Amino acid sequence: MKSHDAIVIGGGPAGIAAAMYLARSSCSVLLCEQLTPGGQVLMTDSLENYPGYPKGIKGYELADLFVAHLENLPVDRVTGAVDSVTGAAGKFVVRCAGHEYAGKTVLACAGARHRALGLDREDALRGRGVSYCALCDGNFFRGQVVAVVGGGNSALEETLYLSKIAGKVYLIHRRELFRGTKTFLERLKATGNVAILPNTIIVELHGDPGLTGLTLRNVQSGEERHLPVDGLFVYVGLEPATGFLPAELQRDGQGFILTDTEMRTNIPGIFAAGDIRSKLCRQVITAAGDGATAAQAAFIFLEQL
Amino acid sequence: MAEHVTDATFEDLVIKSDMPVLVDFWAPWCGPCRALGPVIDEIAKEYEGKVRVYKINVDENLATPARFAIRAIPTLMLFKNGGTLEQITGGVAKTAIAELLDKKALA
Repeated sequence: MKSHDAIVIGGGPAGIAAAMYLARSSCSVLLCEQLTPGGQVLMTDSLENYPGYPKGIKGYELADLFVAHLENLPVDRVTGAVDSVTGAAGKFVVRCAGHEYAGKTVLACAGARHRALGLDREDALRGRGVSYCALCDGNFFRGQVVAVVGGGNSALEETLYLSKIAGKVYLIHRRELFRGTKTFLERLKATGNVAILPNTIIVELHGDPGLTGLTLRNVQSGEERHLPVDGLFVYVGLEPATGFLPAELQRDGQGFILTDTEMRTNIPGIFAAGDIRSKLCRQVITAAGDGATAAQAAFIFLEQL
Repeated sequence: MAEHVTDATFEDLVIKSDMPVLVDFWAPWCGPCRALGPVIDEIAKEYEGKVRVYKINVDENLATPARFAIRAIPTLMLFKNGGTLEQITGGVAKTAIAELLDKKALA
């Protein structure tokens, strides 16, 4: 079995940057991605905060440019989900889509996905009114009543996006104050069709086969009420895609991988970069930066191996 | 490459098909659909002669998504003998699609 210097798991901004830097350092690289490269960038309408694009850039356009950049470099690629990472530095084995690949180092860049609410019937109603991607599914709710649940930037951004499509948008947040940036809150207030419901949680989802309404509870008064909606968009945080990684790899309380500032984990030879990592700021630019740092750390590690 | 089906051809190509059919409901502006597209093309090639694989653009074809109450994309629907066997919403790995076809469509 041919052994690569590095196996990069995940083809989002972190994985692409890592693969680029490693290939340019003349390391042999295998990039495993379960879908088409791009990661969550593909779920983003437009990016207004990525340097070099003063007028903003569509998520899919940036993803296409990332892929185009990769295509000029000697990076081996495999399409498939990674099942496991075993072995140790110099001789890791990555199982991907039924095949085994040998790598001297592993860079875990598998990212994160939107967390589910954990309510009964949420799974059954997924794709039938319950959505985790406003950009993908917003158009099915043109002129209808939808709710967004969450309090971070994603929730605010998607509410703003949906306000241009839906007839009415309720923004449900379990706290009084929002964590998201003020720019978004101000823009939301100017829309005219967004109603903010603070201190509120969803306790039940109604409708069969499709979503028809929610039972809401005010966390201060305990009062419950029914809210008829056609759609619900869930933005209550991220959960890292770490199921394939060794159990002894250290994680934080939410399951994100702990690293030092050079992206080294507690297992020598395994590096982590991007949204999968325990950190404060999860953006395309920080993911790409993590990827470059991890590649450099892996390069130094390989030289000393 | 998976071929395209429309509202007009859906009945003949999917419902009346003598073979199991996998349909990918997608749209050009949907990132996860773009991510899944090449995977669907690979599946179409690998299952040629066993499962027919079609894509339907939900922007250009409104009746079929409405008929099956599709409210999210990408959605994959598996048809056999004119009825629906399974539905998957969101981007999924190729192995998961292959497993679905092997277990449900070809079993």
